[in-house]
Amino acid sequence: MALTIPKETYSGKIFNVQIGSGAKAVTIGGANALPFLGFEGIFPNKPAVALEVLDIAPEDWPETLKKAIGGEAANPVSWAKFCQKSGADMIALRLMGTHPDQKNKSPEEAAKVAAEVAGAIDIPLIILGSGQAEKDSQVLQAAAAATRGKNCAIGKAVEENYKTVAAAAMANDHKLIAMSQLDVNLAKQLNILLTQMGFDKERIIMDPMSSALGYGLEYTYSVMERIRMAALLQNDPMMQTPIVCDIGMNVWKVKETMAPDAEVPEWGGLEDRALAWEAMTASAMITAGADMLIMRHPGAAARAKEVIAELM
Amino acid sequence: MALSGVEIFKYLPKTNCKKCGHPTCLAFAMKLAAKQASLDACPDASEDAKKLLGEAAAPPIRGITLGTGAKAVKVGDEICMFRHEKKFFNPNAFAVAIKASEAGDAAAKKIEAVKSSEIDRVGQKLRVDAIAVTDEGGDAAAFASVVKQVVDGAPDVPVILVSKNPATIEAGIAHCADKKPLIYAATAENAEAMAKIAKEKKASLAVAADGLDALTALSEKVKALGVEDIVLDSGARKAKDMIEHFTIMRRAAIKKNFKPLGYPIISFAARDNSLSEAIAAAIGTMKYASIIVVNNIEKWKMLALLSLRQNIYTDPQVPMQVAQNIYKVGDAKESSPLMITTNFSLSYFIVRGEVENSKVPSWLAVMDNEGLSVLTAWAAGKFTASKIAQFITESGVEKNVNHKELIIPGYVAVLSGSLEEKLPGWKITVGPREANQLPTFLKARA
Ligand code: B12
Ligand code: SF4
Repeated sequence: MALTIPKETYSGKIFNVQIGSGAKAVTIGGANALPFLGFEGIFPNKPAVALEVLDIAPEDWPETLKKAIGGEAANPVSWAKFCQKSGADMIALRLMGTHPDQKNKSPEEAAKVAAEVAGAIDIPLIILGSGQAEKDSQVLQAAAAATRGKNCAIGKAVEENYKTVAAAAMANDHKLIAMSQLDVNLAKQLNILLTQMGFDKERIIMDPMSSALGYGLEYTYSVMERIRMAALLQNDPMMQTPIVCDIGMNVWKVKETMAPDAEVPEWGGLEDRALAWEAMTASAMITAGADMLIMRHPGAAARAKEVIAELM
Repeated sequence: MALSGVEIFKYLPKTNCKKCGHPTCLAFAMKLAAKQASLDACPDASEDAKKLLGEAAAPPIRGITLGTGAKAVKVGDEICMFRHEKKFFNPNAFAVAIKASEAGDAAAKKIEAVKSSEIDRVGQKLRVDAIAVTDEGGDAAAFASVVKQVVDGAPDVPVILVSKNPATIEAGIAHCADKKPLIYAATAENAEAMAKIAKEKKASLAVAADGLDALTALSEKVKALGVEDIVLDSGARKAKDMIEHFTIMRRAAIKKNFKPLGYPIISFAARDNSLSEAIAAAIGTMKYASIIVVNNIEKWKMLALLSLRQNIYTDPQVPMQVAQNIYKVGDAKESSPLMITTNFSLSYFIVRGEVENSKVPSWLAVMDNEGLSVLTAWAAGKFTASKIAQFITESGVEKNVNHKELIIPGYVAVLSGSLEEKLPGWKITVGPREANQLPTFLKARA
C-alpha cells in the first residue's frame, strides 16, 4: 500500500498584521494551514516574542525573575532597552501602576512612560493596561495618543471597555488586542462587535486568555485549536485575526515558579523549574497557533525563539 | 472504519438458518454493525468474513503495552486528531535513555532517578515510565550487562532495547524476555532478524526508517513477517519534522484507516540542552507521539513534562473533580480551622497540599461546583453566598467543629458580607488569595 499524504483543504487564511514601523517592524499572522504543517500550507511569518516591562518596579515578581532582569527594572526605559538587547522581537509595556489597587497612577503619567519607552526602543511596542477595564479605557486613550504614529498594539479591549479602547486605537493608527475569556464564541463575538463599530478586522489581534502549564493550560490550548480550525477550515473571517498569548503574568504567579528547592525537593531546583515553566507554557501556545507571545524571563524567551526557529 | 449492516450482510452465508439466534442473516448483520453481537455466534461464517470484521473492529491506531505488571503502560489506541473532538486516551510514555557507555555509576544514578521519579499531581501518580538501554555500536556483552543492571535495579520498569544489531538485541533480551520489552529497531537491513526475535520473545518491535514512504514499506514488511505489536519511527527529530510526520501518520491512520501507519509513534527528543530537550519532548506529547525518549530526567524537567501530559490528556468535557465532603486534613480537632473551596481537583489538591504544608490540622469543606475552579464557579453563579450557606448548613459540619468560623478564598472576598447574612451566627474570615500563602496565614492564627 503506498501512502498518499492525507491533506486538509483550507479555505481561509490568517490576516497579516504589522506592528511597529521602520526596519524593525514585525508582521505576524499570514498562515494558511494549521500550525507548522508545511506540507499543506505556508507560514510567511514566524511567531513573535515580546518581553514584558512594567511602569512600576516589579515588586511582586518572584526572585528568579527579578534576578534575571537585574537592576534594569528600576525604570521602564532601561528595562525596555535591556529586553531589546536580550533579543526580544517586541516590548510589551504593561501599565500596572495605573491599577487602583497598585499606585493608581493617572492616565497622563502612564502616557508619559509609554511615550518614553516608545522613543527609547526601535522594536515594536505593545501597550497594555493594568486589566482594570474601566481605568484601562482612560489609560489606553492617553497612551495611544502619546504614541501616535508608532503603530503599536494596544489593549486589552474587553467586553466592558472595547468601545473606548478600540476608538483610541483607531484614532491613533494602532493595532488592537481584544481579549475574551476562554471561549470560542466569546472571542468571535468580540471581533464582531469591534467590526460593527467600524474597526478594521485586519487590525485586531485576538487574546483567547492564557493560563499556565498545570493551571488550565489545556483550556487555552483547545480554544486556540478550535479558533484556528474555524478560521482556516470554515473560512470564518471573524476568527482570522492573529492570536496573542499573554503568558508571563500567568506563569509567574504559580507555585512552580516560586517555591524554593527546600520546600519541594521532589520538584527539583527552582531556577531551572521556573524557567522551564515559562518556556514550556510558551511552547504549548506556539504549537496551538500563537502568533505572538508576551513573556517575562529573557532566558525563557530565548528558548521559545529557539523552538520557533526549529519549527519554521 | 465502521462497516454498515448491509456491507456486513454481503459476507454472511445468507441461509437464514437462525443458529445465531437471529431470524435472518440481515438482522444479525445489523446487530453486528451496532456492536451488539459477535461474529462468533454464526458457526458458518467464512474466513473472509472473520478477517474483514476483525479488521473493521480494530482501532485505527493499535494499542500496545510496554512491560508487564503494575508499571506496564498502554500507549496508542487513539481515535481523534484534536483533544476537543473527544479526548486523548492513553498518555504517552516517557523513557530515559541509558547508554551502554554509562554502565556502572552513571546508569545506577539514572535507574535510581527513575525509581524515585513518582510525583503526585492533582491526585494522580505520575512518573518516568520506561528505560531505553541504548547501544552505541559497542559489543553485545557490554549492552547486555547494562540491560541486566537495569532489570536488576528496576525490575518492574518497562524496558526498551535500542540497537540496530540483532545480535546485540538478542544478548540484551535474554535478561528481560518475560517482561514484554520494546525492541528498537527493525530497519530495511535487519527486518527479518529483528522480526524473528520479536516473535520468539513476544516483544513489541519498533520499525525505523527515513521518511514516511520507507516507513510504510517497512511497517508492512514487519507485519507480513508476523509481528503484531509495532511502533513507528519516521526519523523525524527536528520539531518541524515531528509535527509534520506525526500529523500525517495520525491522519492517515484515523481518517483513512491506513493500516501500515496505524501504530504508536516513538520519538527521540535528545538535545544538548536539557530544557531544549524538554521542549522537544513536549511537542511530542502534544503532537501524537506515544513513546518519548529523553537523555536526562532532572526533577524540574519531569515535573513540567508530566504536568503538560496531564493537561493534554485530561478529558475536555469533564473537569477532574473530587467528591463533595468535609475533608479532615491532619489530626483536625473540634477547634481546628474550617475552610471552604470548590470540588475542582486542581483547586482541592493545591489547597489541601498547602494546608498540609502548614502543619496546622484543619477541616476543608469541599463544595460540589461541577468541577469548576473558585473564580470560575463564582463567575458562573455556582459559588454564591446562598449556595455556600445552603451547603454549609446541610453538610453537618457542625458535628465536626465546635466553632462557627468559615475561612473563604481571598479571591471571593466580596462574598463575606452576604455570607454572614445568610449564615446567622457564623463569622466569615477572608483567607489569602493564593493557596501558597495559606501556611503563613494558618500559622499566624495557630
Ligand atoms: C480554566 C478557566 C476556565 C475553564 C474552567 C476550568 C475549571 N474547571 O474551573 C472554563 C473555560 C470552562 C472557564 C469558563 C468560565 N470562566 Co474561567 N477561567 C479559567 C482560568 C484561566 C483558570 C482557572 C483555574 O483553573 N484556576 C486554577 C484554580 C486552582 O484556581 P482556584 O480554584 O481559584 O484556586 C486558587 C485560589 O483561589 C486559592 N484557593 C482556592 N480555594 C481556596 C480556599 C481558601 C480557604 C483559600 C484561602 C484559598 C483558596 O488557591 C488556588 C491557588 O492559589 C481563570 C483565569 C486565571 N488565569 O486564573 C479564568 C476565570 C476564573 N474565568 C472567568 C470567567 C468570567 C469565566 C466564565 C464566566 C466566562 C464566560 N463568560 O463563559 C466561564 C464560567 C463557566 C461556566 N460554566 O459558565 C474569570 C472570573 C473573573 C471574575 N473575577 O469573576 C477568570 C478569573 C478569568 C478572568 N480574568 O476574567 N474558565
Ligand atoms: S447463524 Fe449465520 S447463517 Fe445462520 S442466520 Fe445467523 S448469520 Fe445467517
